[in-house]
Amino acid sequence: MTDLGDDQSFVKFDRVQKSYDGENLVVKDLNLAMPQGEFLTMLGPSGSGKTTCLMMLAGFETATHGEILLDGKPINNIPPHKRGIGMVFQNYALFPHMTVAENLAFPLEVRKLGKSEREAKVKRALDMVQMGDFGGRRPAQLSGGQQQRVALARALVFEPELVLMDEPLGALDKQLREHMQFEITRLAHELGITTVYVTHDQTEALTMSDRVAVFEDGRIQQLAAPDTLYEEPDNSFVAQFIGENNTLEGIVTELKGPDLCTVKLDGGEIIEAKPVNVSAVGDRTRVSIRPERVEMSMDRLQEGAHTLKAEVLEFIYMGDIFRTRLRVAGNEEFVVKTRNAPDQPRLTPGTQIEIGWLPEDCRALDA
Amino acid sequence: MQIKNIVSAVSVLALMAGTASADGEMANDMTLVSWGGAYQQSQINAYADPYVAMNEGVSVTWDESSAEAVAKLRAMNEAGNITWDVVDVVASDALRLCDEGLALEIDADEDLAPAPDGTSAADDFGDLMVGDCFIPQIVYSTTFGYRTDMVPAGVEPPNDICDVFDIDTYPGLRSLEKRPINNVEWALLCDGVAKEDVYDVLETEEGQERALAKLGTIKDNVIWWSAGADTPQLLADGEVFIGSTYNGRLFAAIEEQDQPIGMMWDAQVFDLDGWIIPEGLSDERLARAKDFIYFATDTQRLADQAKYISYGPARLSSAPLVGQHATLGIDMAQHMPTDPANAQNTFLYNYEFWADYRDDIDAKFQAWLAQ
Amino acid sequence: MSDMTSSGQMLAADGTPLKTSLARALRRQKLRALALIAPLLLFVVITFIVPIATMLFRSVENQIVSSTMPQAVELLQQWDSATGVAPDEAVYQALYFDLFKAAEAKEHTKLGTRLNYEQTGTSSLFRTSGRKLDDVGELWQDPIEDIAPALKDGETWFAMMSGTGSNTVLEERRALWASLVEEPFAGDVGITISDEIAQMLPLTTAAYADWAIYEAIEDGKDISKRDPWEAVYAGLGLDLRSDATVRAVNAYTGPHAADLQLLTANLDQMPNTMFKDAFAEMDEDWLDPEVWEAIKIYSPNYTSGYFLNAVDMKKGVETAEMRPENQQIYITLFKRTLWMSLVITASCIILGYPVAWLLANLPMRTANVLMILVLLPFWTSLLVRTSAWKVLLQQQGVINEILVWLGFVDDANRLILMNNATGTVIAMTHILMPFMILPLYSVMKTIPPSYLRAAKSLGATNFTAFRRVYFPQSVPGIGAGSILVFILAIGYYITPEIVGGTDGVLISNRIAYHISSSLNWGLAAALGSILLALVMVLYWLYDRIVGIDNVKLGG
Repeated sequence: MTDLGDDQSFVKFDRVQKSYDGENLVVKDLNLAMPQGEFLTMLGPSGSGKTTCLMMLAGFETATHGEILLDGKPINNIPPHKRGIGMVFQNYALFPHMTVAENLAFPLEVRKLGKSEREAKVKRALDMVQMGDFGGRRPAQLSGGQQQRVALARALVFEPELVLMDEPLGALDKQLREHMQFEITRLAHELGITTVYVTHDQTEALTMSDRVAVFEDGRIQQLAAPDTLYEEPDNSFVAQFIGENNTLEGIVTELKGPDLCTVKLDGGEIIEAKPVNVSAVGDRTRVSIRPERVEMSMDRLQEGAHTLKAEVLEFIYMGDIFRTRLRVAGNEEFVVKTRNAPDQPRLTPGTQIEIGWLPEDCRALDA
Repeated sequence: MQIKNIVSAVSVLALMAGTASADGEMANDMTLVSWGGAYQQSQINAYADPYVAMNEGVSVTWDESSAEAVAKLRAMNEAGNITWDVVDVVASDALRLCDEGLALEIDADEDLAPAPDGTSAADDFGDLMVGDCFIPQIVYSTTFGYRTDMVPAGVEPPNDICDVFDIDTYPGLRSLEKRPINNVEWALLCDGVAKEDVYDVLETEEGQERALAKLGTIKDNVIWWSAGADTPQLLADGEVFIGSTYNGRLFAAIEEQDQPIGMMWDAQVFDLDGWIIPEGLSDERLARAKDFIYFATDTQRLADQAKYISYGPARLSSAPLVGQHATLGIDMAQHMPTDPANAQNTFLYNYEFWADYRDDIDAKFQAWLAQ
Repeated sequence: MSDMTSSGQMLAADGTPLKTSLARALRRQKLRALALIAPLLLFVVITFIVPIATMLFRSVENQIVSSTMPQAVELLQQWDSATGVAPDEAVYQALYFDLFKAAEAKEHTKLGTRLNYEQTGTSSLFRTSGRKLDDVGELWQDPIEDIAPALKDGETWFAMMSGTGSNTVLEERRALWASLVEEPFAGDVGITISDEIAQMLPLTTAAYADWAIYEAIEDGKDISKRDPWEAVYAGLGLDLRSDATVRAVNAYTGPHAADLQLLTANLDQMPNTMFKDAFAEMDEDWLDPEVWEAIKIYSPNYTSGYFLNAVDMKKGVETAEMRPENQQIYITLFKRTLWMSLVITASCIILGYPVAWLLANLPMRTANVLMILVLLPFWTSLLVRTSAWKVLLQQQGVINEILVWLGFVDDANRLILMNNATGTVIAMTHILMPFMILPLYSVMKTIPPSYLRAAKSLGATNFTAFRRVYFPQSVPGIGAGSILVFILAIGYYITPEIVGGTDGVLISNRIAYHISSSLNWGLAAALGSILLALVMVLYWLYDRIVGIDNVKLGG
């Protein structure tokens, strides 16, 4: 599910740019194609351009340059109310002066549906989010989670083919959020709706999405399935942004093949890594290793693996895992996560140990 | 009982303090109340400044509240705190203040200076001493001014009060005061009532109806004013052709601002403006107020005021002393409402009549306006 | 820390019942809270509640008639105005003594002014009569002094009236003075009136006591050396008209009995004047039953007269009736005030809504500039603003000049934009606009733009989204703004006075007139009370129809 031809894509951004002030681009040359039924998340820090993209898709912002296509048709000049896109807003935007049922009936009314049909659809939508008994209440009388469900039901009640969600779970507490993440994905897949979901919470992005577009500085840094994104970040920003990551800086000294190179760290140590976006010997690189891929017991390492000396700085007991902070090649923020197993040692600060990893887990990225 | 004793003790003390200071002690601060504008300035120039120059240490504060003087004095009296020492009011207000017991009764021969030739003040002021509390200062008149450039071609400028009611000969808007006083008298005069019968006719229902009916003939052509400055402004803006106001206002518009306005003195209504001293002043303040009044209403002072504004002095003995305007240098006598050329046909405001009929006729007048 | 007694009551740690202990703790809290708001409470009471209460009271208060002529008013109750004949001699006699006192204290003209509101002519009737009362007294004073020269002298009178007794007459008269002048009149008069004299010569004693109290307390004089006023002689003359009194005097042996007996011996030299005639001579209006009817109607201490006047009615002896049509004005004005306030409120909504919307939705910097423009009128004097409208609206004014110049209006038929209701509506809409915009703005500011977006994303056109989603949420702002503007408009008078002409003036202009010009404060208070009641009724209706919860001044 990487690149799609024009014919297959349901939503397509074609070289889209957006500037508010005529001087700075908020969105720079955005290209994105989504097949029908996909759950795509736009993930990025605030100010990265993800919400602007969503608003352009919804029609509340116009693209400065480029074209947005929905089901093959350009929609730049179609006003929002004619786009037929369902949308769930950050703070739900439930109309406070209407009851839940009136809120849901609103999109049906403006579409001039008959009363009985309206009522049937509203009931079905409410049942779908388990809010069947709350039709007569006002939004202010509902809890945050309930409001969230109503907002979802309202975005779905007129059966749009595309639903946009703008950080819809931001205001919920952790447990409810996790529950709703599950609910939303379930509904999206059951109903076969194409969904664009904006969040800055990477866990949410990883757990819910078919694909994740990581935004930074107005560009998509990487667009990939969650596992690819985590395991095979394309660049150091993605590696840093998604999950926890250890970084060691150095210079490429040898390219041994498409999957292997040697890197001389700034402290003088030599390690092996998988070259991702380094191209020549002498390039500066950041080597990235996930904390859970670092081995502290040498017997688990392959023959001939490189090892490094490390000093234990801190040991944190976290229940299911241990988290050990080390000084490695001058980096004092080097973290290792180990499963809480009976044979795992609990290291005391000051202990000198050796660590190592598989070269394919260690990616040499751009500096 | 306790409280009663304390109260009486305090009043005895107050009495003692009062009598102790009565012999010669005068308050140094004095609040004078007047109408503001050019009129108040003429009083400052003619009365207050010379008085302060003569009496070192006296300071005068002015309050421009004469228009609401009766209501404010009544409120002050109810609150038991009189803050004014000498108040400039029109005669009808003085009469009401006197009726309400809010103004001090004046003994003309004791409180006012005699004329230079020895004529007593009472004789010098003559019948202008309306009621028991009023100390006349000037004679002013409510009369008409018209736009000289709006007089239709080939027609004499208006010179008869009834020209105001003659829409055919003198088309255009008129401005009249938004109250019955003066207007109903003029209306009756122009409806064929003889001057001496006007108030007899006005006493009757039919007479009042008749006056309003006459006013009704020009009702659609009238802008009703409530402030003295309105008519000069309306004339200056060309909004009205002819309008009534106080003669001093018209003088200022014609002579000082060079507006194309002419005076129509016919059937001008004489009225009086003067001082009252509020009832309830402390002895020191009363002494100061009386001292000021004695000075400010003597023959020379009243004549001096006419240098600054075209109102006639209320004393007979002042008339010959009226000279030239202080800055314009024009002879003031011919601009006085009392000048024989201007006073060929005059009308004297009837205070007693209006004290009685004001409420009644005003109610009818307002109802008529609202129709 | 607490325990249960055998009766099941909860106890605090020190053994007192928990409830008592709690109540004490709460009371302390309440007292502290009360002390904190006390200055504000006092301020509100003094500046708000007291004036309103005073106004309400003034609209029904009417003691002046019965306190100025207490004896006449009491006798007048038996008089039937329907007979169309003036009351009899006894009333006039009582009137004389009442009015004499009032004239000395200069209170009679106040009553004249008061009654003149109801009966034209009473003002001068009381004023001129007040001056002639002395002359009537002299009718008796002169012959009495001729017959008994000793009675010229105040000291004779003092000796004659003094004696032993309970001084009840003095105290009664003191109470009458107190209610007339509204001062306590406390203090020592310096005389004990002989009971014997008081019984023998009741009118003389009453008149003498009146004089003595006034002379001693108001003027601070020693009454033993002063000559009594004319009414005392009139009293003596009247007393001696009764044969019983003459017999009693002849048998009298007290001080100066001989002087009194000189009078009884020469009764033929005393005048036979009737007070009714004397008053008729002062002014024949005293014989007019209408004058007496007005006095009788307004003799109770509290009257509905002002309120009746305020709704174009006239209080009669028993009933109230509408005034003749040519005097009806207040109902018209009330209706006009309500109608014009509604029009002004509506114009404020129509013009203010878009402005408030812009304020709430423009970028901060632009909105701030706009806000200053909205507030600018607040920083200009009301008179200046209104006068500026005059310059704009008059027939030779800026607007007409431009219209004529553009050719929209013929020079001869310039628009009449002021000195009528149009002028009032235009100027007041402008002046009250900020009171509409500010609450609207603060409510609109709290409506997130996401609602409109949500509505659009759900398929609503711009207009539908506004009508169904934005507008209903801004209604509380409209409500608050409308209440503010409407209530302010109802009480405005300066602007209508300047640009309203005749058909653009409101009820407040009449209130102002009665406060400052006619001084009929009772009527002004009644009009004000009605206005207050109207506002409260409208507020109640608003609450019933729209709901007062639906009024918001902000977030």
